[in-house]
Amino acid sequence: MAEFVDVYVVPFAIIVAQSLALLASLLIIIAYLLLADRKIWAAVQLRRGPNVVGAFGLLQSFADLLKFVIKEPVIPAGSNKGVFLLAPLVSCILALSAWAVIPVADGWVIADINVGILYIFAISSLGVYGVIMGGWASNSKYPFLGALRSAAQMVSYEVSIGFVIITVLLCVGSLNLTAIVEAQSSGLADRIGLPWLTFLNWYWLPLFPMFVIFFISALAETNRPPFDLPEAESELVAGFMVEYSSTPYLLFMLGEYVAITTMCALMAILFMGGWLPPVDVAPFNWLPGVFWFVFKVCLAFFMFAMVKAMVPRYRYDQLMRLGWKVFLPISLAMVVVVAGVLQVTGWAG
Amino acid sequence: MALAAAFFYLFAGIVVASAFMVIAAKNPVHSVLWLILAFFNAAGLFLLLGAEFLAMILVVVYVGAVAVLFLFVVMMLDVDFAELRQGFLSYLPVGAVIGAVLLVELLLVLTTGLFAPESTAVAQVPIPDDVSNTEAIGQLLYTRYVLFFQLAGMVLLLAMVGAIVLTLRHKAGVKRQDIGAQVARDPATAIEVRKVESGKGI
Repeated sequence: MAEFVDVYVVPFAIIVAQSLALLASLLIIIAYLLLADRKIWAAVQLRRGPNVVGAFGLLQSFADLLKFVIKEPVIPAGSNKGVFLLAPLVSCILALSAWAVIPVADGWVIADINVGILYIFAISSLGVYGVIMGGWASNSKYPFLGALRSAAQMVSYEVSIGFVIITVLLCVGSLNLTAIVEAQSSGLADRIGLPWLTFLNWYWLPLFPMFVIFFISALAETNRPPFDLPEAESELVAGFMVEYSSTPYLLFMLGEYVAITTMCALMAILFMGGWLPPVDVAPFNWLPGVFWFVFKVCLAFFMFAMVKAMVPRYRYDQLMRLGWKVFLPISLAMVVVVAGVLQVTGWAG
Repeated sequence: MALAAAFFYLFAGIVVASAFMVIAAKNPVHSVLWLILAFFNAAGLFLLLGAEFLAMILVVVYVGAVAVLFLFVVMMLDVDFAELRQGFLSYLPVGAVIGAVLLVELLLVLTTGLFAPESTAVAQVPIPDDVSNTEAIGQLLYTRYVLFFQLAGMVLLLAMVGAIVLTLRHKAGVKRQDIGAQVARDPATAIEVRKVESGKGI
Protein backbone atom coordinates (compact mmCIF):
# COMPACT_ATOMS: atom_id res chain seq x y z
CA MET A 1 0.00 0.00 0.00
CA ALA A 2 2.81 2.40 0.94
CA GLU A 3 4.47 1.53 -2.35
CA PHE A 4 1.26 2.29 -4.23
CA VAL A 5 1.09 5.68 -2.56
CA ASP A 6 4.73 6.44 -3.42
CA VAL A 7 4.51 5.27 -7.03
CA TYR A 8 1.09 6.57 -8.04
CA VAL A 9 -0.60 8.84 -5.50
CA VAL A 10 2.25 11.23 -4.69
CA PRO A 11 3.33 11.91 -8.33
CA PHE A 12 -0.31 12.26 -9.30
CA ALA A 13 -0.92 14.78 -6.51
CA ILE A 14 2.18 16.72 -7.56
CA ILE A 15 1.03 16.83 -11.19
CA VAL A 16 -2.44 18.00 -10.14
CA ALA A 17 -0.95 20.73 -7.95
CA GLN A 18 1.38 21.86 -10.77
CA SER A 19 -1.45 21.87 -13.28
CA LEU A 20 -3.67 23.93 -11.00
CA ALA A 21 -0.88 26.43 -10.36
CA LEU A 22 -0.21 26.76 -14.09
CA LEU A 23 -3.92 27.00 -14.89
CA ALA A 24 -4.51 29.71 -12.31
CA SER A 25 -1.54 31.83 -13.41
CA LEU A 26 -2.38 31.28 -17.08
CA LEU A 27 -5.99 32.41 -16.60
CA ILE A 28 -4.95 35.50 -14.64
CA ILE A 29 -2.35 36.39 -17.28
CA ILE A 30 -4.97 35.91 -19.99
CA ALA A 31 -7.41 38.17 -18.13
CA TYR A 32 -4.80 40.93 -18.34
CA LEU A 33 -3.77 40.06 -21.89
CA LEU A 34 -7.43 40.53 -22.87
CA LEU A 35 -7.42 43.93 -21.18
CA ALA A 36 -4.08 44.76 -22.84
CA ASP A 37 -5.53 43.76 -26.19
CA ARG A 38 -8.41 46.19 -25.76
CA LYS A 39 -6.17 48.94 -24.37
CA ILE A 40 -3.69 48.66 -27.23
CA TRP A 41 -6.50 48.60 -29.75
CA ALA A 42 -7.97 51.69 -28.11
CA ALA A 43 -4.63 53.49 -27.94
CA VAL A 44 -4.03 52.98 -31.67
CA GLN A 45 -7.47 54.48 -32.36
CA LEU A 46 -6.89 57.34 -29.87
CA ARG A 47 -9.53 56.06 -27.46
CA ARG A 48 -9.19 55.34 -23.75
CA GLY A 49 -10.34 51.74 -23.78
CA PRO A 50 -11.86 50.13 -20.67
CA ASN A 51 -11.09 52.45 -17.76
CA VAL A 52 -14.06 52.26 -15.39
CA VAL A 53 -13.84 48.98 -13.47
CA GLY A 54 -10.92 49.28 -11.06
CA ALA A 55 -7.97 51.65 -11.49
CA PHE A 56 -7.23 52.06 -15.25
CA GLY A 57 -9.88 49.37 -15.88
CA LEU A 58 -7.64 46.69 -14.36
CA LEU A 59 -10.62 44.65 -13.15
CA GLN A 60 -12.53 44.86 -16.44
CA SER A 61 -11.87 41.24 -17.45
CA PHE A 62 -13.11 39.95 -14.09
CA ALA A 63 -16.25 42.06 -14.38
CA ASP A 64 -16.79 40.60 -17.85
CA LEU A 65 -16.31 37.09 -16.49
CA LEU A 66 -18.96 37.68 -13.85
CA LYS A 67 -21.30 39.18 -16.41
CA PHE A 68 -20.95 36.21 -18.77
CA VAL A 69 -21.37 33.61 -16.05
CA ILE A 70 -24.51 35.01 -14.44
CA LYS A 71 -26.39 35.56 -17.70
CA GLU A 72 -28.80 33.03 -19.10
CA PRO A 73 -27.39 30.69 -21.75
CA VAL A 74 -29.72 30.66 -24.75
CA ILE A 75 -29.80 27.42 -26.72
CA PRO A 76 -31.62 27.68 -30.06
CA ALA A 77 -34.56 25.29 -30.37
CA GLY A 78 -33.40 23.95 -33.74
CA SER A 79 -29.86 23.31 -32.57
CA ASN A 80 -28.23 19.96 -31.93
CA LYS A 81 -28.02 20.51 -28.17
CA GLY A 82 -25.33 17.99 -27.23
CA VAL A 83 -22.89 19.11 -29.91
CA PHE A 84 -23.86 22.75 -29.37
CA LEU A 85 -22.71 22.59 -25.74
CA LEU A 86 -19.79 20.27 -26.45
CA ALA A 87 -18.20 22.66 -28.98
CA PRO A 88 -17.12 25.46 -26.58
CA LEU A 89 -15.91 22.85 -24.08
CA VAL A 90 -13.79 21.15 -26.75
CA SER A 91 -12.39 24.46 -27.88
CA CYS A 92 -11.46 25.57 -24.35
CA ILE A 93 -10.15 22.25 -22.99
CA LEU A 94 -8.00 21.50 -26.04
CA ALA A 95 -6.47 24.97 -25.94
CA LEU A 96 -5.66 24.63 -22.24
CA SER A 97 -4.24 21.11 -22.57
CA ALA A 98 -1.50 22.35 -24.91
CA TRP A 99 0.08 24.11 -21.93
CA ALA A 100 0.93 20.79 -20.27
CA VAL A 101 4.15 20.50 -22.28
CA ILE A 102 5.25 24.15 -22.47
CA PRO A 103 8.40 24.83 -20.42
CA VAL A 104 8.00 28.23 -18.76
CA ALA A 105 11.50 28.10 -17.24
CA ASP A 106 14.38 25.64 -16.99
CA GLY A 107 12.73 22.46 -15.70
CA TRP A 108 9.38 24.20 -15.04
CA VAL A 109 7.18 21.98 -17.16
CA ILE A 110 4.39 19.61 -16.21
CA ALA A 111 5.11 16.91 -18.80
CA ASP A 112 8.58 17.03 -20.36
CA ILE A 113 7.73 14.62 -23.19
CA ASN A 114 9.97 13.63 -26.11
CA VAL A 115 7.53 14.75 -28.77
CA GLY A 116 6.46 18.02 -27.10
CA ILE A 117 6.34 20.11 -30.27
CA LEU A 118 4.34 17.43 -32.10
CA TYR A 119 1.90 17.32 -29.19
CA ILE A 120 1.34 21.08 -29.41
CA PHE A 121 1.00 20.87 -33.19
CA ALA A 122 -1.55 18.06 -32.81
CA ILE A 123 -3.54 19.91 -30.15
CA SER A 124 -3.55 23.19 -32.03
CA SER A 125 -4.73 21.40 -35.17
CA LEU A 126 -7.70 20.13 -33.16
CA GLY A 127 -8.78 23.66 -32.28
CA VAL A 128 -10.78 23.69 -35.50
CA TYR A 129 -13.23 21.12 -34.11
CA GLY A 130 -14.70 23.52 -31.59
CA VAL A 131 -15.41 25.94 -34.42
CA ILE A 132 -16.82 23.37 -36.85
CA MET A 133 -19.00 21.70 -34.24
CA GLY A 134 -20.26 25.04 -32.95
CA GLY A 135 -21.05 26.25 -36.45
CA TRP A 136 -22.84 23.08 -37.48
CA ALA A 137 -24.77 22.52 -34.25
CA SER A 138 -26.15 26.08 -34.27
CA ASN A 139 -28.27 25.06 -37.28
CA SER A 140 -28.19 28.52 -38.76
CA LYS A 141 -26.57 29.85 -41.92
CA TYR A 142 -24.07 32.41 -40.66
CA PRO A 143 -22.50 30.09 -38.08
CA PHE A 144 -22.29 27.36 -40.70
CA LEU A 145 -20.55 29.63 -43.21
CA GLY A 146 -18.17 30.73 -40.47
CA ALA A 147 -17.40 27.12 -39.58
CA LEU A 148 -16.69 26.21 -43.21
CA ARG A 149 -14.36 29.17 -43.61
CA SER A 150 -12.58 28.32 -40.41
CA ALA A 151 -12.10 24.66 -41.36
CA ALA A 152 -10.49 25.53 -44.69
CA GLN A 153 -8.41 28.33 -43.20
CA MET A 154 -7.01 26.43 -40.23
CA VAL A 155 -6.17 23.32 -42.27
CA SER A 156 -4.38 25.48 -44.88
CA TYR A 157 -2.20 27.39 -42.46
CA GLU A 158 -1.34 24.33 -40.42
CA VAL A 159 0.67 23.14 -43.42
CA SER A 160 3.01 26.12 -43.40
CA ILE A 161 3.24 26.09 -39.59
CA GLY A 162 4.27 22.43 -39.85
CA PHE A 163 7.07 23.26 -42.29
CA VAL A 164 8.28 26.17 -40.13
CA ILE A 165 8.43 23.84 -37.13
CA ILE A 166 10.36 21.31 -39.24
CA THR A 167 13.06 23.87 -40.09
CA VAL A 168 13.51 24.64 -36.40
CA LEU A 169 13.60 20.92 -35.59
CA LEU A 170 16.29 20.39 -38.24
CA CYS A 171 18.47 22.95 -36.45
CA VAL A 172 17.80 21.48 -33.01
CA GLY A 173 17.72 17.75 -33.72
CA SER A 174 15.06 17.08 -31.09
CA LEU A 175 11.29 17.33 -30.71
CA ASN A 176 11.55 18.19 -27.02
CA LEU A 177 10.64 21.80 -26.23
CA THR A 178 13.25 22.12 -23.47
CA ALA A 179 15.92 20.88 -25.88
CA ILE A 180 14.73 23.44 -28.45
CA VAL A 181 15.30 26.27 -25.98
CA GLU A 182 18.65 24.89 -24.81
CA ALA A 183 19.86 24.59 -28.40
CA GLN A 184 19.49 28.38 -28.63
CA SER A 185 21.94 29.03 -25.77
CA SER A 186 24.87 28.98 -28.19
CA GLY A 187 25.17 30.03 -31.80
CA LEU A 188 25.93 33.17 -33.76
CA ALA A 189 26.99 35.32 -30.77
CA ASP A 190 29.69 32.79 -29.84
CA ARG A 191 30.88 32.63 -33.42
CA ILE A 192 31.41 36.39 -33.70
CA GLY A 193 33.15 36.46 -30.32
CA LEU A 194 30.50 38.36 -28.33
CA PRO A 195 29.03 35.56 -26.19
CA TRP A 196 27.13 37.99 -23.92
CA LEU A 197 24.85 39.08 -26.80
CA THR A 198 22.73 35.98 -26.33
CA PHE A 199 19.77 37.31 -28.31
CA LEU A 200 21.85 36.81 -31.46
CA ASN A 201 21.96 33.07 -30.69
CA TRP A 202 18.21 32.67 -31.03
CA TYR A 203 16.66 31.27 -34.15
CA TRP A 204 14.78 34.44 -35.11
CA LEU A 205 17.95 35.68 -36.79
CA PRO A 206 19.13 32.71 -38.90
CA LEU A 207 15.55 31.64 -39.64
CA PHE A 208 14.10 35.14 -40.00
CA PRO A 209 11.83 34.38 -43.00
CA MET A 210 10.38 31.43 -41.11
CA PHE A 211 9.84 33.62 -38.05
CA VAL A 212 7.72 35.99 -40.17
CA ILE A 213 5.82 33.13 -41.81
CA PHE A 214 5.18 31.53 -38.43
CA PHE A 215 3.86 34.78 -37.01
CA ILE A 216 1.46 35.37 -39.90
CA SER A 217 0.35 31.72 -39.96
CA ALA A 218 -0.23 31.86 -36.21
CA LEU A 219 -2.57 34.82 -36.80
CA ALA A 220 -4.50 32.76 -39.36
CA GLU A 221 -4.46 29.61 -37.25
CA THR A 222 -5.99 31.43 -34.26
CA ASN A 223 -8.55 33.34 -36.39
CA ARG A 224 -7.08 36.68 -35.37
CA PRO A 225 -7.45 39.82 -37.47
CA PRO A 226 -6.58 40.34 -40.32
CA PHE A 227 -7.61 36.71 -40.85
CA ASP A 228 -10.71 36.65 -38.62
CA LEU A 229 -12.99 35.66 -41.52
CA PRO A 230 -14.81 32.93 -39.55
CA GLU A 231 -16.25 35.68 -37.34
CA ALA A 232 -16.14 38.60 -39.75
CA GLU A 233 -18.80 40.90 -38.34
CA SER A 234 -19.41 42.79 -41.55
CA GLU A 235 -20.29 39.61 -43.47
CA LEU A 236 -21.28 36.91 -41.00
CA VAL A 237 -22.48 38.85 -37.91
CA ALA A 238 -20.21 36.89 -35.54
CA GLY A 239 -19.58 33.77 -37.59
CA PHE A 240 -19.67 30.52 -35.68
CA MET A 241 -20.41 32.37 -32.43
CA VAL A 242 -23.68 33.98 -33.54
CA GLU A 243 -25.94 31.67 -31.52
CA TYR A 244 -23.74 31.50 -28.43
CA SER A 245 -24.35 33.47 -25.27
CA SER A 246 -23.20 33.64 -21.66
CA THR A 247 -20.91 30.81 -20.42
CA PRO A 248 -20.62 28.86 -23.69
CA TYR A 249 -19.60 32.09 -25.42
CA LEU A 250 -17.15 32.79 -22.61
CA LEU A 251 -15.59 29.35 -23.12
CA PHE A 252 -15.19 30.05 -26.85
CA MET A 253 -13.55 33.40 -26.09
CA LEU A 254 -11.32 31.84 -23.47
CA GLY A 255 -10.33 29.00 -25.80
CA GLU A 256 -9.46 31.51 -28.50
CA TYR A 257 -7.29 33.61 -26.20
CA VAL A 258 -5.59 30.55 -24.69
CA ALA A 259 -4.79 29.37 -28.23
CA ILE A 260 -3.35 32.81 -29.01
CA THR A 261 -1.22 32.68 -25.87
CA THR A 262 -0.06 29.19 -26.83
CA MET A 263 1.02 30.50 -30.23
CA CYS A 264 2.87 33.37 -28.51
CA ALA A 265 4.58 30.88 -26.19
CA LEU A 266 5.51 28.77 -29.21
CA MET A 267 7.03 31.84 -30.87
CA ALA A 268 9.01 32.54 -27.70
CA ILE A 269 10.24 28.94 -27.52
CA LEU A 270 10.98 28.32 -31.18
CA PHE A 271 12.46 31.67 -32.16
CA MET A 272 13.11 33.86 -29.11
CA GLY A 273 15.07 31.57 -26.81
CA GLY A 274 12.30 30.66 -24.35
CA TRP A 275 13.41 31.51 -20.82
CA LEU A 276 16.96 32.61 -21.78
CA PRO A 277 17.84 36.24 -20.97
CA PRO A 278 18.36 38.48 -24.04
CA VAL A 279 21.76 39.72 -22.83
CA ASP A 280 23.94 37.61 -20.60
CA VAL A 281 25.13 40.41 -18.27
CA ALA A 282 23.99 41.54 -14.83
CA PRO A 283 21.30 42.49 -13.94
CA PHE A 284 19.55 40.76 -16.86
CA ASN A 285 20.79 37.25 -16.05
CA TRP A 286 19.84 37.63 -12.36
CA LEU A 287 16.17 37.63 -13.24
CA PRO A 288 14.51 34.21 -13.11
CA GLY A 289 13.81 32.41 -16.41
CA VAL A 290 10.06 32.57 -15.98
CA PHE A 291 10.23 36.39 -16.07
CA TRP A 292 11.91 36.35 -19.47
CA PHE A 293 9.49 33.73 -20.76
CA VAL A 294 6.45 35.78 -19.74
CA PHE A 295 8.12 38.91 -21.10
CA LYS A 296 8.64 37.28 -24.50
CA VAL A 297 5.10 35.91 -24.58
CA CYS A 298 3.81 39.41 -23.84
CA LEU A 299 6.04 40.84 -26.58
CA ALA A 300 4.62 38.36 -29.08
CA PHE A 301 1.11 39.18 -27.89
CA PHE A 302 1.79 42.89 -28.32
CA MET A 303 2.57 42.18 -31.97
CA PHE A 304 -0.70 40.22 -32.27
CA ALA A 305 -2.60 43.15 -30.76
CA MET A 306 -0.91 45.73 -32.98
CA VAL A 307 -1.69 43.71 -36.09
CA LYS A 308 -5.32 43.59 -35.02
CA ALA A 309 -5.38 47.35 -34.62
CA MET A 310 -3.56 48.24 -37.81
CA VAL A 311 -4.25 45.77 -40.61
CA PRO A 312 -7.53 45.61 -42.55
CA ARG A 313 -9.25 42.25 -42.98
CA TYR A 314 -8.23 40.00 -45.86
CA ARG A 315 -10.64 38.81 -48.49
CA TYR A 316 -11.17 35.05 -48.36
CA ASP A 317 -9.56 34.19 -51.73
CA GLN A 318 -6.57 36.37 -50.81
CA LEU A 319 -6.22 34.46 -47.56
CA MET A 320 -6.18 31.12 -49.39
CA ARG A 321 -3.76 32.46 -51.98
CA LEU A 322 -1.38 33.66 -49.26
CA GLY A 323 -1.44 30.30 -47.51
CA TRP A 324 -1.14 27.97 -50.48
CA LYS A 325 0.66 29.98 -53.13
CA VAL A 326 3.03 32.09 -51.04
CA PHE A 327 3.76 30.51 -47.66
CA LEU A 328 3.69 26.86 -48.69
CA PRO A 329 6.30 27.16 -51.50
CA ILE A 330 8.53 29.47 -49.44
CA SER A 331 8.46 27.28 -46.34
CA LEU A 332 8.92 24.11 -48.39
CA ALA A 333 11.94 25.66 -50.13
CA MET A 334 13.31 26.81 -46.76
CA VAL A 335 13.11 23.26 -45.39
CA VAL A 336 15.29 22.11 -48.30
CA VAL A 337 17.68 25.07 -47.94
CA VAL A 338 18.06 24.73 -44.17
CA ALA A 339 18.57 20.97 -44.41
CA GLY A 340 21.16 21.50 -47.17
CA VAL A 341 23.04 24.18 -45.23
CA LEU A 342 23.09 22.07 -42.07
CA GLN A 343 24.29 19.03 -44.03
CA VAL A 344 27.08 20.93 -45.79
CA THR A 345 28.32 22.96 -42.83
CA GLY A 346 27.63 20.43 -40.09
CA TRP A 347 26.16 23.14 -37.82
CA ALA A 348 23.28 20.97 -36.60
CA GLY A 349 23.23 20.30 -32.86
CA MET B 1 1.80 -2.11 -14.54
CA ALA B 2 -1.65 -2.41 -13.04
CA LEU B 3 -2.28 1.20 -13.95
CA ALA B 4 -1.08 0.64 -17.54
CA ALA B 5 -3.47 -2.31 -17.80
CA ALA B 6 -6.31 -0.20 -16.43
CA PHE B 7 -5.61 2.51 -19.02
CA PHE B 8 -5.36 -0.12 -21.75
CA TYR B 9 -8.85 -1.38 -20.94
CA LEU B 10 -10.14 2.17 -20.68
CA PHE B 11 -8.77 3.21 -24.10
CA ALA B 12 -9.63 -0.11 -25.76
CA GLY B 13 -13.14 -0.03 -24.32
CA ILE B 14 -13.74 3.49 -25.59
CA VAL B 15 -12.30 2.61 -29.03
CA VAL B 16 -14.65 -0.35 -29.39
CA ALA B 17 -17.66 1.50 -28.01
CA SER B 18 -17.13 4.58 -30.18
CA ALA B 19 -16.41 2.42 -33.25
CA PHE B 20 -19.78 0.81 -32.63
CA MET B 21 -21.40 4.21 -32.26
CA VAL B 22 -19.90 5.23 -35.64
CA ILE B 23 -22.13 2.69 -37.36
CA ALA B 24 -25.01 2.96 -34.90
CA ALA B 25 -25.39 6.75 -34.78
CA LYS B 26 -28.35 8.03 -36.80
CA ASN B 27 -26.83 11.38 -37.64
CA PRO B 28 -23.78 11.12 -39.97
CA VAL B 29 -22.11 14.11 -38.29
CA HIS B 30 -22.37 12.30 -34.96
CA SER B 31 -20.81 9.27 -36.67
CA VAL B 32 -17.78 11.32 -37.66
CA LEU B 33 -17.50 12.76 -34.15
CA TRP B 34 -17.53 9.23 -32.71
CA LEU B 35 -14.89 8.26 -35.28
CA ILE B 36 -12.72 11.10 -33.99
CA LEU B 37 -13.11 9.81 -30.44
CA ALA B 38 -12.05 6.37 -31.67
CA PHE B 39 -8.92 7.86 -33.33
CA PHE B 40 -8.09 9.68 -30.13
CA ASN B 41 -8.23 6.58 -28.00
CA ALA B 42 -6.27 4.60 -30.59
CA ALA B 43 -3.58 7.26 -30.13
CA GLY B 44 -3.81 6.57 -26.39
CA LEU B 45 -3.17 2.87 -27.08
CA PHE B 46 -0.06 3.79 -29.11
CA LEU B 47 1.15 5.89 -26.17
CA LEU B 48 0.79 2.91 -23.84
CA LEU B 49 2.94 0.87 -26.25
CA GLY B 50 5.66 3.54 -25.99
CA ALA B 51 5.10 4.67 -29.58
CA GLU B 52 4.59 8.36 -28.80
CA PHE B 53 5.61 9.52 -32.29
CA LEU B 54 2.99 7.34 -33.97
CA ALA B 55 0.40 8.48 -31.44
CA MET B 56 1.03 12.15 -32.22
CA ILE B 57 1.14 11.56 -35.99
CA LEU B 58 -2.16 9.70 -35.73
CA VAL B 59 -3.72 12.72 -34.05
CA VAL B 60 -2.14 15.25 -36.43
CA VAL B 61 -2.95 13.40 -39.64
CA TYR B 62 -6.18 11.54 -38.96
CA VAL B 63 -7.88 13.72 -36.38
CA GLY B 64 -6.39 17.07 -37.40
CA ALA B 65 -6.68 16.75 -41.18
CA VAL B 66 -8.51 13.69 -42.53
CA ALA B 67 -11.43 13.78 -40.11
CA VAL B 68 -11.80 17.56 -40.59
CA LEU B 69 -12.33 16.94 -44.31
CA PHE B 70 -14.73 14.08 -43.53
CA LEU B 71 -16.72 16.35 -41.27
CA PHE B 72 -16.57 19.10 -43.87
CA VAL B 73 -18.10 16.83 -46.52
CA VAL B 74 -20.62 15.11 -44.27
CA MET B 75 -21.94 18.42 -42.88
CA MET B 76 -22.69 19.67 -46.37
CA LEU B 77 -24.39 16.50 -47.54
CA ASP B 78 -28.14 16.41 -47.48
CA VAL B 79 -28.54 12.83 -46.34
CA ASP B 80 -31.88 11.13 -46.77
CA PHE B 81 -32.12 8.73 -43.83
CA ALA B 82 -35.03 6.70 -45.20
CA GLU B 83 -33.09 6.00 -48.37
CA LEU B 84 -30.07 4.96 -46.34
CA ARG B 85 -32.15 2.47 -44.37
CA GLN B 86 -33.53 0.91 -47.55
CA GLY B 87 -30.09 0.11 -48.94
CA PHE B 88 -28.98 -1.53 -45.71
CA LEU B 89 -30.10 -5.09 -46.47
CA SER B 90 -28.82 -5.14 -50.05
CA TYR B 91 -25.36 -4.04 -48.95
CA LEU B 92 -25.30 -6.40 -45.97
CA PRO B 93 -23.69 -9.43 -47.77
CA VAL B 94 -20.85 -7.29 -49.19
CA GLY B 95 -20.28 -5.70 -45.81
CA ALA B 96 -20.29 -9.10 -44.12
CA VAL B 97 -17.68 -10.44 -46.58
CA ILE B 98 -15.38 -7.46 -45.96
CA GLY B 99 -15.88 -7.84 -42.21
CA ALA B 100 -15.08 -11.55 -42.41
CA VAL B 101 -11.87 -10.87 -44.37
CA LEU B 102 -10.76 -8.33 -41.76
CA LEU B 103 -11.63 -10.73 -38.95
CA VAL B 104 -9.55 -13.53 -40.51
CA GLU B 105 -6.64 -11.13 -40.99
CA LEU B 106 -6.82 -10.00 -37.37
CA LEU B 107 -6.93 -13.61 -36.20
CA LEU B 108 -3.89 -14.37 -38.36
CA VAL B 109 -2.00 -11.51 -36.77
CA LEU B 110 -2.93 -12.69 -33.29
CA THR B 111 -1.87 -16.27 -34.04
CA THR B 112 1.37 -15.44 -35.89
CA GLY B 113 3.26 -17.59 -33.40
CA LEU B 114 1.60 -20.72 -34.75
CA PHE B 115 2.52 -20.16 -38.40
CA ALA B 116 5.86 -18.40 -38.10
CA PRO B 117 7.40 -19.18 -34.69
CA GLU B 118 10.52 -17.10 -35.43
CA SER B 119 8.41 -13.89 -35.61
CA THR B 120 7.56 -13.99 -31.91
CA ALA B 121 11.23 -13.40 -31.09
CA VAL B 122 11.09 -10.07 -32.97
CA ALA B 123 7.89 -9.02 -31.26
CA GLN B 124 9.42 -9.42 -27.82
CA VAL B 125 12.51 -7.23 -28.33
CA PRO B 126 12.42 -4.64 -25.51
CA ILE B 127 12.34 -0.94 -26.41
CA PRO B 128 15.89 0.46 -26.11
CA ASP B 129 16.17 3.38 -23.67
CA ASP B 130 18.77 5.43 -25.50
CA VAL B 131 16.93 5.86 -28.83
CA SER B 132 13.69 7.83 -28.96
CA ASN B 133 11.21 6.30 -31.34
CA THR B 134 11.18 9.37 -33.57
CA GLU B 135 14.87 8.75 -34.19
CA ALA B 136 14.39 5.02 -34.61
CA ILE B 137 11.65 5.43 -37.22
CA GLY B 138 13.65 8.09 -39.06
CA GLN B 139 16.77 5.96 -39.21
CA LEU B 140 14.88 2.97 -40.56
CA LEU B 141 12.64 4.91 -42.93
CA TYR B 142 15.40 6.95 -44.58
CA THR B 143 17.95 4.14 -44.92
CA ARG B 144 16.53 0.69 -45.37
CA TYR B 145 13.06 1.64 -46.62
CA VAL B 146 13.97 4.85 -48.42
CA LEU B 147 12.81 3.47 -51.79
CA PHE B 148 9.37 2.50 -50.47
CA PHE B 149 9.11 5.78 -48.63
CA GLN B 150 9.86 7.77 -51.77
CA LEU B 151 7.54 5.58 -53.86
CA ALA B 152 4.72 6.16 -51.38
CA GLY B 153 5.41 9.88 -51.65
CA MET B 154 5.24 9.71 -55.45
CA VAL B 155 1.95 7.80 -55.33
CA LEU B 156 0.44 10.46 -53.07
CA LEU B 157 1.78 13.25 -55.28
CA LEU B 158 0.30 11.55 -58.33
CA ALA B 159 -3.05 11.18 -56.58
CA MET B 160 -2.98 14.87 -55.70
CA VAL B 161 -2.08 15.95 -59.23
CA GLY B 162 -4.79 13.63 -60.57
CA ALA B 163 -7.43 15.15 -58.30
CA ILE B 164 -6.44 18.66 -59.35
CA VAL B 165 -6.42 17.78 -63.07
CA LEU B 166 -9.85 16.17 -62.81
CA THR B 167 -11.45 19.17 -61.14
CA LEU B 168 -9.59 22.05 -62.75
CA ARG B 169 -11.78 24.14 -65.05
CA HIS B 170 -10.52 27.15 -66.91
CA LYS B 171 -13.54 29.31 -67.51
CA ALA B 172 -13.05 32.00 -70.07
CA GLY B 173 -14.19 35.50 -69.26
CA VAL B 174 -13.84 35.27 -65.49
CA LYS B 175 -12.10 38.19 -63.84
CA ARG B 176 -9.18 37.03 -61.77
CA GLN B 177 -6.92 38.95 -59.46
CA ASP B 178 -3.31 38.95 -60.67
CA ILE B 179 -1.30 40.13 -57.68
CA GLY B 180 1.92 40.32 -59.70
CA ALA B 181 0.31 42.61 -62.29
CA GLN B 182 -1.18 44.77 -59.53
CA VAL B 183 2.12 45.21 -57.76
CA ALA B 184 3.94 45.89 -61.02
CA ARG B 185 1.69 48.86 -61.83
CA ASP B 186 3.32 52.26 -61.61
CA PRO B 187 2.06 55.78 -62.38
CA ALA B 188 3.33 55.54 -65.95
CA THR B 189 1.15 52.51 -66.77
CA ALA B 190 -1.77 53.15 -64.45
CA ILE B 191 -2.53 56.83 -65.03
CA GLU B 192 -3.22 58.62 -68.23
CA VAL B 193 -3.35 62.41 -68.23
CA ARG B 194 -5.80 63.73 -70.79
CA LYS B 195 -6.47 67.30 -71.66
CA VAL B 196 -10.23 67.73 -71.46
CA GLU B 197 -11.83 70.48 -73.45
CA SER B 198 -14.23 72.48 -71.38
CA GLY B 199 -17.87 71.50 -71.78
CA LYS B 200 -17.12 68.35 -73.79
CA GLY B 201 -16.13 65.57 -71.40
CA ILE B 202 -14.22 62.49 -72.44
